[in-house]
Amino acid sequence: MQRLAEFGWRLLPFIAAITIWYLVRWSGLVDQGLLPPPHAVFVEIWRRSLDGGFLLDAWMSVRRVLLGLFFGMLLAVPVGFLIGWNRGVRRFVDPLVNFFRALPPIALIPLVIVYLGIGEVAKVAILFYAAFFAGVIVMYEGMSQINPLFVRVARTLGATDWEIFYKVIIPLTIPHVLTATRVALGVAWATLVASELVAAQNGIGAVIQNASAFFQLTTIYAGIVTIGFFALLMDSVLRAITRNFLNWQDRVAQ
Amino acid sequence: MNASASFQLCEPAASAHSPDVKVQFRDVYKTYGRIEVVHGVSFDINEGDFISLVGPSGCGKTTMMNMLAGFTEPDRGEVLLEGNRVTGPGPDRGVMFQDYGVFPWLTVEQNIRFGLDLRVKRGMSKEEKRETVEKYIALMRLGDFRDAWPKNLSGGMRQRLALARAYAANPHFLLMDEPFGALDAQTRSAMHDLLLGIMQSERKTALLITHSVEEAIYLSNRILVISARPSRVVEEIRVPFSDQRDRELLDTHEFIEMRRHLRDLVMQQYAQQQELR
Repeated sequence: MQRLAEFGWRLLPFIAAITIWYLVRWSGLVDQGLLPPPHAVFVEIWRRSLDGGFLLDAWMSVRRVLLGLFFGMLLAVPVGFLIGWNRGVRRFVDPLVNFFRALPPIALIPLVIVYLGIGEVAKVAILFYAAFFAGVIVMYEGMSQINPLFVRVARTLGATDWEIFYKVIIPLTIPHVLTATRVALGVAWATLVASELVAAQNGIGAVIQNASAFFQLTTIYAGIVTIGFFALLMDSVLRAITRNFLNWQDRVAQ
Repeated sequence: MNASASFQLCEPAASAHSPDVKVQFRDVYKTYGRIEVVHGVSFDINEGDFISLVGPSGCGKTTMMNMLAGFTEPDRGEVLLEGNRVTGPGPDRGVMFQDYGVFPWLTVEQNIRFGLDLRVKRGMSKEEKRETVEKYIALMRLGDFRDAWPKNLSGGMRQRLALARAYAANPHFLLMDEPFGALDAQTRSAMHDLLLGIMQSERKTALLITHSVEEAIYLSNRILVISARPSRVVEEIRVPFSDQRDRELLDTHEFIEMRRHLRDLVMQQYAQQQELR
């Protein structure tokens, strides 16, 4: 019963959003032809999923996000770690990181097309760029917040540098890795759609782009809802991991 | 002020090296930026001493402890540990802090095991490790919480855990930086008795930093009154009571007189510290 109520609470915001959607449509503030009703959008998702093409598009998008995120974090974790811990490295790398972070990844798309073409590698490269710079900043902000007192205490208990690294630093780093991954995931999704809008034969961004050319508003909405669904799903998985691994923390992400 | 005459006042400790002398602060200076925090401090700590540093906050007491712990080094002068200059932290000197001392990512039992796990790698038997963990869990009455996270413990329990963990690593010295400062009065006095109890069964040479004059008298055999910044030793007081102490001591005439004397000294330093700001 309690779990049911919990589930209801989680669903409530979405029900509210859909209700508002209906209300806006019925209120006549927007031309009905310009705002498809939610049920038509869900029917569209269902119909396109049944013929298989839509699922393939969704899978292509998810795969690009996961690959970009994976490689981005693979580099962001050690680099963020180094910047957070070594003042010399920080002084050198910090301005560069801030410069490249300020560039929107979308602005690099023309360059990427020139160097890498419009294949999968090009898209993953853009997502890698986006995920890396989003992740690295969170990582090193987190690392610089680690309380040096714990290192001192470990020393007084007889730990060597290496033991301090894997018994103190690693456990304290994991929360920041997870937070950085969540932030990078959000940025990766935002960038994905942009990169697919520009140049792609498949993927949900491409579906939206094609539908736009034919003024198929329902399909555009179906694509947007699907992206939101997958982004939320992946974020929920990360939060569940956070909860299970970090139940020692005072403030556990809900 | 004739009360002060009844206490034995000591000159700064002579530096003659006797086997009993474990720690020597020799004319130690320390400056952070432009602020001098320690100014020419000299004193000895003997084997089995429980020595308290009492003085205004921000006066450099913690810096002095950090030098002995090996977290920081003096600019001038030296801190000697059994005749050798302190170069870094080590398992011979256990430390207790006011906060954050316990590792939040480890359970109570894992915290106590931390130092022992390291010693197992250096040859301690697993059997001995297990016995040691059980012993201190029992002594500190943490049995019901062995699998709890520190976030679920009260302040008093956290400090019991910190004490258990420090003792489990079997250090020769116990360094405490206002370990009971954040506790309520009842928990604090319970911790005092717990500490006195464990000190009687397993004596450590201890250095305590505290604001509480009463705490200093109740726990230590020697008290150093530290001046307003920069730190100097204003006066050393020997506490004449036996090691077997209980709460009744707090109501004795001698205790009250000593507390008054010490409080006057400390308040003078507080007043000077205020003027510095």
